[in-house]
Amino acid sequence: MSVALEHNAENHAHEHHDHKQTFIEKYIFSTDHKMISKQYLITGLIMGIVGIAMSILFRLQLAWPGESFWIFDALLGKFGKDGVMDPSIYLALVTIHGTIMVFFVLTAGLSGTFSNLLIPLQIGARDMASGFMNMISYWLFFISSVIMLSSLFVESGPASAGWTVYPPLSALPQAISGSGLGMTLWLVSMTFFIASSLLGSLNYIVTVLNLRTKGMSMTRLPLTVWAFFVTAIIGVVSFPVLLSAALLLLMDRSFGTSFFLSDIYIQGEVLAYQGGSPVLYEHLFWFLGHPEVYIVLLPALGITSEVIATNARKPIFGYRAMIASILAIAFLSTVVWGHHMFVSGMNPFLGSVFTFTTLLIAIPSAVKAFNYITTLWKGNLQMNPGMLFSIGLVSTFITGGLTGIILGDSTLDINVHDTYFVVAHFHLVMGVSALYGLFAGVYHWFPKMFGRMMNKNLGYVHFWITAIGSYGVFFPMHFIGMAGLPRRYYTNTAFPYFDDLANVNVLITVFAIITAAVQLVFLYNFIYSIFYGKKATQNPWESTTLEWTTPVKHIHGNWPGELPTVYRWSYDYSKRNKDDSDYVIPGQDYIPQNVPVQDNEEETMH
Amino acid sequence: MTILLVIIIIALLGITFWQMSKIFKLSKPVNSNDTQIADNKDNQTQGKLMLAFVVFLYLFMFYSFWEYSRFYLPEAASEHGTDYDQLMFISLGLIMFVQIITQGLLHWFSYKYKGEKNKKALFYADNDKLEFIWTIIPVIVLAGLIIYGLFSWNDIMNVEETEDTLVVEIYAYQFDWRARYAGEDKTLGKANVRFIEGVNQLGLDESDPYGKDDIIVNELHLPKGRPVLFKFRSQDVLHSAYFPFFRSQMNVVPGMITQFGFTPTTTTKEMRKSEYMVDKVENINEIRKERSKELVAEGEMELDNYEFDYYLLCNKICGASHYNMQMKIVVEEEEDYNEWIKKQQTFQELTAQN
Repeated sequence: MSVALEHNAENHAHEHHDHKQTFIEKYIFSTDHKMISKQYLITGLIMGIVGIAMSILFRLQLAWPGESFWIFDALLGKFGKDGVMDPSIYLALVTIHGTIMVFFVLTAGLSGTFSNLLIPLQIGARDMASGFMNMISYWLFFISSVIMLSSLFVESGPASAGWTVYPPLSALPQAISGSGLGMTLWLVSMTFFIASSLLGSLNYIVTVLNLRTKGMSMTRLPLTVWAFFVTAIIGVVSFPVLLSAALLLLMDRSFGTSFFLSDIYIQGEVLAYQGGSPVLYEHLFWFLGHPEVYIVLLPALGITSEVIATNARKPIFGYRAMIASILAIAFLSTVVWGHHMFVSGMNPFLGSVFTFTTLLIAIPSAVKAFNYITTLWKGNLQMNPGMLFSIGLVSTFITGGLTGIILGDSTLDINVHDTYFVVAHFHLVMGVSALYGLFAGVYHWFPKMFGRMMNKNLGYVHFWITAIGSYGVFFPMHFIGMAGLPRRYYTNTAFPYFDDLANVNVLITVFAIITAAVQLVFLYNFIYSIFYGKKATQNPWESTTLEWTTPVKHIHGNWPGELPTVYRWSYDYSKRNKDDSDYVIPGQDYIPQNVPVQDNEEETMH
Repeated sequence: MTILLVIIIIALLGITFWQMSKIFKLSKPVNSNDTQIADNKDNQTQGKLMLAFVVFLYLFMFYSFWEYSRFYLPEAASEHGTDYDQLMFISLGLIMFVQIITQGLLHWFSYKYKGEKNKKALFYADNDKLEFIWTIIPVIVLAGLIIYGLFSWNDIMNVEETEDTLVVEIYAYQFDWRARYAGEDKTLGKANVRFIEGVNQLGLDESDPYGKDDIIVNELHLPKGRPVLFKFRSQDVLHSAYFPFFRSQMNVVPGMITQFGFTPTTTTKEMRKSEYMVDKVENINEIRKERSKELVAEGEMELDNYEFDYYLLCNKICGASHYNMQMKIVVEEEEDYNEWIKKQQTFQELTAQN
């Protein structure tokens, strides 16, 4: 079956070699996975700029509560009268920041970009299984982004019930003004997003299973592809549940059903809703919401595995253990959602079960961290910007992951639940780590995407300031959380008890501004290098994987002639010959996957 | 002041970008052989920076603990709170131990094995023994933590109601709290939002005799040493009743009654006198005085002097004024509590008045 498919694709590729594509075919409604990945990346980056800018706005408010800033006046319109931020727009900013960063930047921007770019290239396929479905997937994402951004301009304000949009707050416009049209747009946007994500994921799964080139067994796949493949499976399992939650919420809002609402008295009247439960919504939401963390993180870890191995000039340590932990994380991620709900009012016994499963997930995560560290041991580390971001990822992944041991413990969660401790934890472990993964991927595969190199010195400046800044923002945050400071507070001045935390908030905001500003260096480097960067060679990082066997200039069908055949796994770095006198290929410390086993080489299990 | 800060930040950013563009110009290939791939010199510099970074990270963590650990809440004012804090400190200790070792190794290896010309990396792909060791160690440690945690969790969450237990309803609405005591019959009267009318703000069923002696107040008083069982009810959206000083929290869900119980062990007066709180309040008042000076200069009101009180706050986003939904809690000796409760109006008296 797959052989036949390959042949068709091959003929197809040859036929179309001379076909001139119009501008629209090539750049807009493209079905080529390489172009679609660029579309995902650029859309994701634009959404990222919006999301990070929002965080700076509310950080200003938190550091200097109630002060007047001209920028609020300029950007927030009637919600920033005289430059003072309105409490309702504060909540809206927090909500949309969360939504954009989690879904639009780290799900679509990260997984969408690199799954599209790397799956066909690294498994040796001409394109995705369905190029058309892939195109639809991107355009649904685009529509969903446009709707989400348009909700910012609604008169009653965008959705502002927190990114988890718990009902009844999100269901009742009487409860908060953002739950009017803004919330409807949020739900519509997310519906498109989920459709996009599902089409994309199904495509990734089918492509990985069916279109691997000759010799590319599952245990020879680079860990990137494993990560994308498993991520897609988690997405297919959990995103539909979010869709059901969104649809039921839409029905409660617009058609008077009572799935999540009961016994409500608001603004002087009793509402007719009876018998629903907000806790049901919480279950449905977190059934996606928790796997979502791994949907964001696994691709970043996959990218890191590849970048670290390549730049350490060493095989990734414990390849099979890495696959096993990806699978274990994937499975466990779907049975831990209840740890977001220890104090939601659900049965305490259920809390015990979720504590157990949650702390179990720390085991495969720990294995991954140790394996990364061991991969560095006795390596010959090439400190390219992508490598720095990968090491940075391991660092923040450990720091953020460790505090998960506190939050995953139902007892300890009681007093830090919904405080800044949680904010610090998840920003380090999934926000910053996944962003580092994104940056590592961009620096590493930029030559493959655009045929040029990014400037390394700007990359170094970008990394070091970001690394210091993100610890500066999120490490002190743990302490104000342990002081009992709740998140999502417009200002802490209503509680004099928190007055001595004000200085910490100023420090955090200053770090946040610096860190956000240095991202402009990245943007400049990114845009400048697309047009004027140093021209890339075919395999600049001397990597073993198949994408570097394709020509620098993109062609439809990826490989000009026949598809490459694979003879080995993707981690034969610094492998010595039998008598240990030199590398297997003399003078070259890596063996590309399409090189047959040599005479003087010991065969390994891959 | 703020404007000045903003100007400084913008100025600094300007300088940053100016410098950046200079760096970029300098980094432009002098000879056209510059490949933008890390060379020997880059590996040396970046490797050393890795070492410098971990030193920074250690210092920063040390500074944070030195400077900020005083923010950790005062000694728990509830019985189970002591247990909670102990588990917290054990977990924190463990976490920091692992953190220091792993971050050290990660960055030390990054420094030690930084790339050098003609250096050969070791082809080292697998070691089942190592994998086994670092699977089994987390398993054992986590098993310990899970068991400890689950025992505490059971103790905290399974509240047994005895003769002595004080049952209090905490009622939440946008954006305030009410507390309802069961009165002499020790039973809360039935209630539903559909009964809300006029002074009957909590929707008590007036036909239920148990409700007649209920006492509704907007300041929570608790007797020291007596187990309290809270029943939570919300009239509109989700709220969360967060009692940080008692290490206790429970969401307040419209349409259902949730519960949480604890035994207060420290009265408000005792807490005010504790060394921790004396220092803290003194510090806060100094900050407030400074701030007041600025406010007066701007022609605004001075800030009040702060005196510590326990409080209950809302910890689940509930609307525009979520940040200011609080209720004062007073923990006092049993006799003071009895005196206070005697003075309060019962529900019957409240409705009769109107």
